[in-house]
Amino acid sequence: MNGLLQIDNLVARHGLLQAVREVSLSVAEGEVLALVGANGAGKSTLLRTIAGAHPAAGGTIRLDGADITGVPSHRRVARGLALVPEGRKLFPEMTVEENLLVAGRRARPGTWTIDTVLNAFPMLKPLRRKRAANLSGGEQQATSIARALMTNPRVLLVDEVSLGLAPVAVDVVYESLHTLIRGGATLVVVEQDLQRALSVADRVVCMLEGRVVLQSATEAVTREQVTEAYFGLARVNTSSATAERALSERT
Amino acid sequence: MNWINAIIQGLFLGGLYALFACGLSLMFGVMRIINLAHGDLAVIGAFGVWVVATQAHLSPFIALVPVLPVMLVVGYLLHRTVLARSLRSGPLTPLLTTFGLSIVIQNALLQIFSPDVHSLGSLTGSISTSSWRLTSQLSLPYLGVLTLAVAVLLLGALQLILQRTGFGREMRATAQDPETAALVGVPASSVYARATAIAVATAALAGAFLAIHSTFDPSSGPTQLIFAFEAVVIGGFGSLWGTLLGGIVLGVAQTIGATIDPQYSILAGHLVFLVILASPRGRFIATRSASA
Repeated sequence: MNGLLQIDNLVARHGLLQAVREVSLSVAEGEVLALVGANGAGKSTLLRTIAGAHPAAGGTIRLDGADITGVPSHRRVARGLALVPEGRKLFPEMTVEENLLVAGRRARPGTWTIDTVLNAFPMLKPLRRKRAANLSGGEQQATSIARALMTNPRVLLVDEVSLGLAPVAVDVVYESLHTLIRGGATLVVVEQDLQRALSVADRVVCMLEGRVVLQSATEAVTREQVTEAYFGLARVNTSSATAERALSERT
Repeated sequence: MNWINAIIQGLFLGGLYALFACGLSLMFGVMRIINLAHGDLAVIGAFGVWVVATQAHLSPFIALVPVLPVMLVVGYLLHRTVLARSLRSGPLTPLLTTFGLSIVIQNALLQIFSPDVHSLGSLTGSISTSSWRLTSQLSLPYLGVLTLAVAVLLLGALQLILQRTGFGREMRATAQDPETAALVGVPASSVYARATAIAVATAALAGAFLAIHSTFDPSSGPTQLIFAFEAVVIGGFGSLWGTLLGGIVLGVAQTIGATIDPQYSILAGHLVFLVILASPRGRFIATRSASA
């Protein structure tokens, strides 16, 4: 299986803690992948490592066949990988428009320009001259996604789409995500809200303690199965089974 | 009349301090480096202009034309070779690095040019001595007006670049959040290197004006660094217009101090600096995240 984004045995550490343990993933062109998992499962670290904001301690990351594991993050952007970071991370002292223009300056050639991005996010039009620090959470999230789009990414990684947003704002942000998906975008989305995640994604990947514990097409999996993987219930069963087997072998 | 004169002369002196402080403010604003070699880099610029002016028999103002681009390159290389490396090992390392650099520069200049005191004033002709006479007791020196005008133009141009150009936006974005800037494709290291290049060139420009204004020798740097540092702190760290204001406040404080008694000149400047530092604003300065 060779996807547009191909990750093999990726390892990432925070000091001694291994946050991502030999994760292998593949994202095909035009696919929407939802990454779910409990807090501390390693989802954000995985995305940050893919984007180059966190060093990989092992494994490879390939974009369209080219190994980008050791490439600095700004060059990954130039190759078509963009991350919407957790917490939006806008440049607070700059206006919405300036936030977008900064990302557009070294953009790959493509369809996204300041005008097309603002058309995709009509809510941002009246906010163009507003300082990013003065935006509401939903407006910030929209600006952050719009900013990432300005680089004309081939793969867009969105960390924590709805975290900390009012329900109304979540609807608006998802509406714009749906616009992107209809346009054929390749997305990897980290989402705490399982219902939301399953509603947009073609495929769902569940992480637990740094490992992928479930990977399946969205229609082939039930909410219960994902929940089970999410809390590690299935794994407890298998590990106790292994323990039993080990015991029986010994006797 | 004496007081008005003191304030006007202070304004011009403030222009010179603002010129010195500009690069220091820029480097701190963009990459949080307090460049302790800033004054010495200015003295290198002054020596550069002196060499070109005396060898080629040019006016120091024309000698600046080849010296400034060279100093841009020096600044760029300085960041690529020394500062980038020390930035990677934490916020304290650049302070130590530039402190060491300051000593290296002073001793190298001492070795090459001897401790003799030089001045460019005599090479500029009448511009450094003439003035517009307003009244019998009040006059505007050409050089003072020129220095202040250059300072205002330089800071204004830099502010315009920061606000209006793509490069300026990248610089502000990197100053606010280098990691996120990299995530939207802005290479922090090259933005830093270009900011250092501009800062070093402005230091050289300030050094040349100091040399025209008065005298310089290989050990002039640290004194100028202190004035520049005071101007930056008075004006609020990392803000360019604030830096201009800070330079002028420092200049006026010094000339007013000198009017009271010549020995209070420098002291008055230091006192204003200390008052600002002790005021509630001082704490604000220390914790503020600079925007320009």
